Amino acid sequence: MKTIYKVPSAITSRDTTYCPGCTHGVAHRIVAELLDETGLTKKTVIVWPVGCSVFGYYFIGTDALIAAHGRACAMATGIKRVHPESFVMTYQGDGDLASIGIAETVHAAARGENITTVFINNGNYGMTGGQMSPTTLIGQVTTTSPYGRKPELNGFPLHVPEMLATMDGPAYIARGALDNPQHINQAKKFIQKAFTAQQKRLGYSLVELVSTCPTNWKMTPVESIERVKREVLPIFPLGEFRAVKGVE
Amino acid sequence: MGEKLLMKGSEAIAEAAIRAGAMAFFGYPITPQNETPEYFSRRMPELGRVFLQAESEVAAINMVYGAACTGTRAITTSSSPGISLMQEGFSYIANTNVPCVVVNAMRGGPGLGDIAPAQADYFQATKGGGHGDYHSIVIAPHTVQEEADLMFDAFELADKYRIMVVVLVDGLLGQMMEPVEFKDWVDVKKFKTPEWATVGQGDRAQRNILISFDILAEGLEKMNLVLQNKYAKIRENEVRFEEYKMDDADYAITAFGTVARIAKTTIELARNEGIKIGLIRPITLYPFPEKVIENRASNVKFFFDTEMNEGQMLEDVKLAVNGKKPVYFHGRLGGIVPTAEEILDEFKKHLGG
Ligand SMILES: Cc1ncc(C[n+]2csc(CCOP(=O)(O)OP(=O)(O)O)c2C)c(N)n1
Ligand code: SF4
Repeated sequence: MKTIYKVPSAITSRDTTYCPGCTHGVAHRIVAELLDETGLTKKTVIVWPVGCSVFGYYFIGTDALIAAHGRACAMATGIKRVHPESFVMTYQGDGDLASIGIAETVHAAARGENITTVFINNGNYGMTGGQMSPTTLIGQVTTTSPYGRKPELNGFPLHVPEMLATMDGPAYIARGALDNPQHINQAKKFIQKAFTAQQKRLGYSLVELVSTCPTNWKMTPVESIERVKREVLPIFPLGEFRAVKGVE
Repeated sequence: MGEKLLMKGSEAIAEAAIRAGAMAFFGYPITPQNETPEYFSRRMPELGRVFLQAESEVAAINMVYGAACTGTRAITTSSSPGISLMQEGFSYIANTNVPCVVVNAMRGGPGLGDIAPAQADYFQATKGGGHGDYHSIVIAPHTVQEEADLMFDAFELADKYRIMVVVLVDGLLGQMMEPVEFKDWVDVKKFKTPEWATVGQGDRAQRNILISFDILAEGLEKMNLVLQNKYAKIRENEVRFEEYKMDDADYAITAFGTVARIAKTTIELARNEGIKIGLIRPITLYPFPEKVIENRASNVKFFFDTEMNEGQMLEDVKLAVNGKKPVYFHGRLGGIVPTAEEILDEFKKHLGG
C-alpha cells in the first residue's frame, strides 16, 4: 500500500496550541518533514522564541531552548560557537525577530553564523493580542494602530530578507508563503536549502514565511489565506534573495 | 601553583579564567575593564577556544546563555552600564539552572556615571537585579591574587550548583599591578558534555529542554522552589569571609573588595594609636556571612561599615547585627575612593559617644 499521509517522526504526539487556520502549524510540519528527511533531528537544537510559538518544543521533538524575546540568534550563536557539530535553528515571529531582536538577527547574519532561522511573518504580535509589528502593512488596523498603520507615525513595513541580502555574511536568504500547496512546497524547498547552507558551513541562512493570524486579523481561516494573496504578497514578494555557491 | 607573575588585575582575571577552563568568552567593550576582553581575544584563539565580541551586552549575555546550555564553561566581563543591560539574561539563566561566570568591574553611576571605581552595584548583584525571585552567587576579591584564586572557585561553584556566579570587582582592582601565582591549569580534556545539556539528543533516551518558563502557576512555583532549595544549600555551605585582627578587637569594620583592602591600612593606623579595630570582610556577598557578624556583635562596641556607595552592604550588616550594637557608616560616591586616614577620621567620630 502506498502511504499518502504520515506524521513526521520529528512531530510529537501533543495537540498544538495554535488557533484554527494559523499557519504556525504548517511551518512546524515542513520543518519536521525536513528534519526527518535530512536525518538531523537528533543533532538539532531549536531555539524557540517568545511569541505564539513559545510552545514549539511541545510539537517538534528536538533538544530545545526558549530565548528571551528577540535574543534567539544570540543564543543560537552561543551554542553553535561552542558546539559546531550541533544543528542549530531559531524559529521566530516578526515581533521577536524584526522588532526587539533585529540587532541580534542582523549581526548574526553579518557574522555569517552557521545557524538557520525560520521567520514567521504574520504582520502582528499574535501572542500579546494583535498589536502592530514592524511588518504590519500600511493601513492595517491592529490593536495599537486602531486608525490603520500610518507611515508618518509608524514608518514602513520592514523587508527583512531584502535587507539581509545586501550583506556578505548570509549564505541563503529567501521568502516563502504558506497560503497554498504550491507555495508550501516552495517554502519547504527554501528551508531545505537553508539547512544545506548550515550543514555545509556556508554562513547564516534565513527563510521568511508569510503567515496568517486569523484570530487577530479577525478573519476566518479562508479569509486569512485570501488576504495573504490579495494584500500581503504584493508587498512581501516571494523568492530567493541570496544564495551563495554551494547552496542547493 | 607555578611561578609568580607581575600582572594587572584585569588581565589576571582573564588568565585565571582561562586556566580555570573558560572555553568561551562573549562580551562588549566598556571601560574600565577593556583589558580583560582584549586579553581573552589574544589568548583564547591560541588555545582553540572561543572569543567573540558581541554587538551589545544584551547579545553577549544571551550568547553566554546559549553556550551555558551546552554545559560549556562560558564567561562575560563588563562594567556597570553593561551589566544593567544583561539583567534580563541573568534572570533567564537563573531559572534555567545553567552555569556561567560574569565579572562586573563596577564604575561610578547611576546612568553613564563615570569610569572611576565604585561599589554601587551591590544591591543589583546580591538581591537579584533582574526580574523574579532569584540570586546569583556573588564573590568579591580584594587583591589581584585573590581575583586569580577566586576565578577558579567561580567556575567550580557555577558548575556545582548550575548557577551564575558574579565576580564583583572595580576598576582599581583591575588597574592594580601585583605579583600573582596561578593555581594549576584545569584539564579541559576531561570536560564532558553534561547529561542535561542541549546539544542535540544524540543517543540520549530523552531529549533535553532547558527553559525558564512554565505557563501554569503551579508549575512555576515548583521551579521557584527548586531555586529556593538551591539557595538554601548555598547559604549553608558556601559562605566565605575573612576576619582580620578580630580576636582582640573592640570595634569591627565591615567592608568588601577595594575598601576592605584600604580598611586594613586604617586598622594599622588605629592600632598604632592604641584603638583596637578588626575587619570582617565578606568574600561571598551572596551568601552573606551573617552568622559571623551576628556572633561578633557580642564582642565589639560597635560596627563601622564603609563602602564606595551610600550604604548598600550596610543593610545586610544591620540585619545581621539585628540591633544588638550600633552600626555606623562612611561611604564615598560617584567613583571617589576613600583613604585609610579618612576612614579612620570618620570612625573616630563615633568613639566616646
Ligand atoms: C522583553 C519582553 N517584552 C515583551 C514581551 C511580551 N511579548 C510576548 S510575545 C510578544 C510578541 C510576539 O509576536 P511575534 O514575535 O510576532 O510572534 P507571534 O506571537 O505573532 O507568533 C511580546 C511583545 C516579552 N515576553 N518580553
Ligand atoms: S494568535 Fe495568531 S499567530 Fe497566535 S496561534 Fe492564534 S492565529 Fe496563530
